[in-house]
Amino acid sequence: MDHTPRVNPSVDKPGLIRALRQILPAQRILHEREALRPYECDGLSAYRQVPLLVVLPDDAEQVRQVMQCCHERGVPVVARGAATGLSGGALPLADGVLLSLARLNRTLHIDPLNRTARVQPGVRNLAISQAVEGLGLYYAPDPSSQIACTIGGNVAENSGGVHCLKYGLTVHNVLQLKLVTATGELVTLGAEALDAPGFDLPALLIGSEGMLGIVVEVLVKLLPTPERAQVLLAAFDDVSKAANAVGDVIAAGIIPAGLEMMDGLAIRAAEDFVHAGYPVDAAAILLCELDGANEEVSAHLARVRQQLLDSGATEVRTAENEEQRALFWKGRKSAFPAVGRISPDYYCMDGTVPRKRLAEVLLETSRLSEHYQLPVANVFHAGDGNLHPLILYDANRPGELKRAEDLGAEILELCVRVGGTITGEHGVGHEKIHQMCVQFSAAELAQFHAVKRAFDPHGLLNPGKAVPQPRHCSEYKALGSDTLTPPSARDQRARDQDEQDQDVRDHGA
Amino acid sequence: MEIAANDISQTLCQSVAEAAGLGRPLQLCGSGSKGFFGRRATGTPLELTAHRGVINYEPRELVITVRAGTRLAELEALLAAEGQMLAFEPPHFGPSATLGGSAACGLSGPRRPYAGALRDFVLGVTLINGRGERLRFGGEVMKNVAGYDLSRLMVGAMGSLGLLLDVSLKVLPLPETERTLVQACTEAQAIERMNRLAGTPLPLSGAVYDGLQLYLRLSGSAPGVRAAQTQLGGEVLADGAGFWRRVRELEHPFFDNDRPLWRLSIAPGAPPLGLPGKQFIDWGGAQRWLLVEQPTEQLAERLREVAVQHGGHAQLFRGGDRNGAVNHPLPGPLMQLHQQLKLAFDPQGIFNPGRLYPEF
Repeated sequence: MDHTPRVNPSVDKPGLIRALRQILPAQRILHEREALRPYECDGLSAYRQVPLLVVLPDDAEQVRQVMQCCHERGVPVVARGAATGLSGGALPLADGVLLSLARLNRTLHIDPLNRTARVQPGVRNLAISQAVEGLGLYYAPDPSSQIACTIGGNVAENSGGVHCLKYGLTVHNVLQLKLVTATGELVTLGAEALDAPGFDLPALLIGSEGMLGIVVEVLVKLLPTPERAQVLLAAFDDVSKAANAVGDVIAAGIIPAGLEMMDGLAIRAAEDFVHAGYPVDAAAILLCELDGANEEVSAHLARVRQQLLDSGATEVRTAENEEQRALFWKGRKSAFPAVGRISPDYYCMDGTVPRKRLAEVLLETSRLSEHYQLPVANVFHAGDGNLHPLILYDANRPGELKRAEDLGAEILELCVRVGGTITGEHGVGHEKIHQMCVQFSAAELAQFHAVKRAFDPHGLLNPGKAVPQPRHCSEYKALGSDTLTPPSARDQRARDQDEQDQDVRDHGA
Repeated sequence: MEIAANDISQTLCQSVAEAAGLGRPLQLCGSGSKGFFGRRATGTPLELTAHRGVINYEPRELVITVRAGTRLAELEALLAAEGQMLAFEPPHFGPSATLGGSAACGLSGPRRPYAGALRDFVLGVTLINGRGERLRFGGEVMKNVAGYDLSRLMVGAMGSLGLLLDVSLKVLPLPETERTLVQACTEAQAIERMNRLAGTPLPLSGAVYDGLQLYLRLSGSAPGVRAAQTQLGGEVLADGAGFWRRVRELEHPFFDNDRPLWRLSIAPGAPPLGLPGKQFIDWGGAQRWLLVEQPTEQLAERLREVAVQHGGHAQLFRGGDRNGAVNHPLPGPLMQLHQQLKLAFDPQGIFNPGRLYPEF
């Protein structure tokens, strides 16, 4: 069997444009360098590549025909939503088509009785909740980029957010997908029911990073808006105490709607930026949101408050009104841009570890931070054990970017070592392809490739992302971190530093 | 010590590699409690129940990792002792039911619409693929998007993609209080009410209609459940726990019958289906059980049509011809994807051939 991707090595660009014009109006095909530039990166702007072409279809049928056309010509395709992703998953290919799904942005149907919304992939995450607000419903996954990120991108990355521990990830909140395959066929996966016959293909597709198909329609589950939500803010004089308190709250039998942690550096940056009223002398704070029926929240508040004090909190505050609750969250949600204000650049990591290892991993991270002489701020989903260390660096200082990357790689490998994963919600994309070699065996990676071929036998969908080739892993293991920077990016790093990470700052997870 | 003694994964890897070499189909056997389910099994039986035991359980982490041959009853007792549970409320269908069998069949109980399905709680699996290779996907953490989600893909695949060695599951605290409220109403009223209530912030954890009465289960903190009860009204059912266990196990008097049992999995708010035979509604309307008097292919066609009209599918859950079209037929391109995936995991086609579909 032929396993080599059948990507056409020399694409006839004018010929491809002519063929695409049979499918799309001329203005929906961008091919001049100036027009292509805005598409050269996603939220991880350290990696840039101008695509061969950008196409902007208006509907699923055009997507299908574009895929068919590219398949016939052996042209690779990278799908893109709002490009808020933080792992370079939507990084274009020089010889490939960038397929923007931004124009497929209609909400097709809202069904209040069945509590579902049928939307096109370009619909923004927050727009779904806004559209159903009047019905007392909402869409649960809420990545911090939710103002801008699209549901199609959420499906590709299996996006999470602040409320995952209680309400799950994208995979728990999507019922059905319409998918255009690599060969240009339209298939429906899942159902309007709670399950569908055959394999659980929505589970496989969600989080597959655009490697298995192009999602052209999504049926999402809507949940009733909780009657009441209340936030507690607990301050600690020690990071380890805060980390251990996370497990204590959960062990008490309560599943908070959100349980977030910020360390001293992040607290002070956020406080300077948005004046949330955070205790700036604390070593760490926990924000704990409880939601549900009014009586239930009251009962749980008292218990969690006591638990946090028992776990060594120096102070526990309850948001006294909706305004204060919003302010507590505003500090957390602005933490990334706030850190962006105190450092010329930062690099956001995304490992997940078992909760019981949080304290240890944070300590080790701070040791690594000293070793590499780069500050690290921590703002993260503590309830899920999902860390977001922000490595502060200055790309204009020679060697700092490389140090930041090496430090990041060490943190991710630490996460794997303590039984965690290299990515909790941002995806592997282009960025973490090396660390996949650490987390998975050769046989496991081969199984991923076999699954990829089942959907995309010619390797045309987002080639080179998410799953490394075996050869790549043996090189990485032989050479260690010298090969850390994925090959296409390093030479392009120096330029456009002023633009760097603006998206990340605005729409960080 | 028990945990080391009950690890037969090496033997199983060898057996699979051997079978693959010979192209000899295997029938993956747990306790057999769900032997009635799916299409008839063929192939040389490979016994899996000896691969059992809890590998890791840390209540504080809300995670348990157990070998697939572990009995569901043992697992649930262990969790209950720590005040925790499998929130998808899996049916056992027999005292020796194993977790592996439950995962392969992908079955969830009455709490499913509100808490999630078995697949929603799977964090990771170790499996043997059709080449006899031992592979681990996912893990024991709550969020993990490294690589494709091949662990959830195993759930409901009827063992056709891989032999499950162990499964890591998210577990949840047992609710402090549960209460079941009963009210007489018509089928149309029941469906309407179940779905309207599911759209409000009530601590709902079960909604069933038995043909005469609507049963609503509330789970949560005592004050929360009390407040919801006041709001909903209705009679309190004395043995609520027993009732939901019987519904889960299909031991409710409705199911005490030898006739073929169909399961229609449809949009929960779908109005009464007007089909011949007796119906029992679970999953807040999303799972409609139907006992049919005279099983004909014509009727099966009709059931499938009706289910599709309401956004779902029909499955011959129990009884009838187990060599026939038990599972809802897949459209051509989708079947092709299934066959290609099957090849990706099991190139020799040795795992449970024909158990899910005759095509693979």
